[in-house]
Amino acid sequence: MIEIKNLRKVFGDKVVIDDVSAVMEAGKANLIIGASGSGKTVFMKCLVGLFEPDAGHILYNGHDFVEMPDDERKELRQQIGMLFQGSALFDSQTVEQNVMFPLDMFTKMTHTEKLKRVNEVLDRVNLVDANRKYPAEISGGMKKRVGIARAIVLNPKYLFCDEPNSGLDPQTSLVIDKLIYEVTKDFNMTTVINTHDMNSLMEIGDHIIYMYKGEKEWEGSNQEIIYSKNEKLNDFIFASEFLRDAKEKRMMEAGEKR
Amino acid sequence: MTFFNHFGRYLLMIKGMFTKPENWRMYWKELMHQCNDIGIGSLGIVVIVALFIGAVSTLQTAYQLVSNLIPKSTIAQIVRDTVILEFAPTITCVVLAGVVGSKIASELGNMRVSEQIDALEIMGINTKAYLIMPKIIASFLMIPVLVVIAGVLGIWGGRMAGVLSGILSPEEFDGGLLSGFIQFNVAFALIKAYTFAFIISSIPAYFGYYVSGGALEIGKASTTAVVTSCIMILFADYILAALLL
Repeated sequence: MIEIKNLRKVFGDKVVIDDVSAVMEAGKANLIIGASGSGKTVFMKCLVGLFEPDAGHILYNGHDFVEMPDDERKELRQQIGMLFQGSALFDSQTVEQNVMFPLDMFTKMTHTEKLKRVNEVLDRVNLVDANRKYPAEISGGMKKRVGIARAIVLNPKYLFCDEPNSGLDPQTSLVIDKLIYEVTKDFNMTTVINTHDMNSLMEIGDHIIYMYKGEKEWEGSNQEIIYSKNEKLNDFIFASEFLRDAKEKRMMEAGEKR
Repeated sequence: MTFFNHFGRYLLMIKGMFTKPENWRMYWKELMHQCNDIGIGSLGIVVIVALFIGAVSTLQTAYQLVSNLIPKSTIAQIVRDTVILEFAPTITCVVLAGVVGSKIASELGNMRVSEQIDALEIMGINTKAYLIMPKIIASFLMIPVLVVIAGVLGIWGGRMAGVLSGILSPEEFDGGLLSGFIQFNVAFALIKAYTFAFIISSIPAYFGYYVSGGALEIGKASTTAVVTSCIMILFADYILAALLL
């Protein structure tokens, strides 16, 4: 579980994250949504320690990440996996070497053991026959799978995904969403996902936080979001006429059933 | 950003490299990889530059020594000293600032922009220690070797040019080469090589590591890194000459 208390981040005189508190529970897909520039990425970067917050606390299972000494932070970071927007795979390494990298760096496993573990996770993300390929030789969806495999190879307790569907077609996006969701449930991980994708929201949004201009504007689940009366949230989610119509239809159907 | 901002951040980057490695074996592997890239990767251009600089300096020295009162072996002495004192360390390192410096800056810049550095940080790896330290150590190991090779080949190139063009005989060149040799000149060349090695690796690493933006910014950082390294090499060259000679 990750508990965020009164998080604040300022760049110059611009407040990017303003007094945000939330609880991200284990075994759930916690989605952070919001328009571009709403502070989602900065929020996530604060959570993983790439940015130092100006105020507030981030508690990983009760341990304050903000006030943690460097050595403890290093240890905690080995329990964190992250999938980046552009996958962030190492260009000069093959798929197998990319996934093996955290094992090489942090474990004393033999090469055979490492190879076995790499094949296990690649199999888990449904990636076969790609071990010897370089990132430049595989598709965007495959890169995301390799990114997920690398993120989970050390059995982390926390998984962060920054816009996992960006640049992917709707079908591949669904596959990636499903994969992240399955991995979250299988390993009881605390998963935090930054996304713009409405399909993800509806498919895997166990817990959703809507950010607006650096503040937490709304919080709930994918079951609640449809019926939310929050205007800013509705403007964001139902931006298109098609989606507005779909919502009205769904609400009418719900009314008829009642 | 002002010069002092850059300098302060540069010093903090250097300070940040000194931590206990997460895994010695992985750091060693990275060091060997960098030694190969910096040393073997630059050998070809160093050989070509050294041979031609030695050859040209023999021809130009002979062209300027028109008096019959000066023995021809003096040409070899002048070539030897200019190659050892200036051409081998300084010109080689200016060339290496372009070859190695731009590679370091663009490699780190690309890793920064594509979030590979962030990915390493999140794993709990000290990226300054893992990515920059091996480059600096590899430069310390390989650049003095390249400078020594450049010195030897520069003098040999000078000898070849002198003999082939009929300016002086091999015996005259060898005689001049051995007369009035000052051992400290070699030590001075190596001091320069170590100083320039630090400049060539750390300055481009700084510009690459802190790049932000996209492909255009990586290109700019690479250019700035090479220009700054060249200026710093020439500045350090002057300071070392003023202090040690």
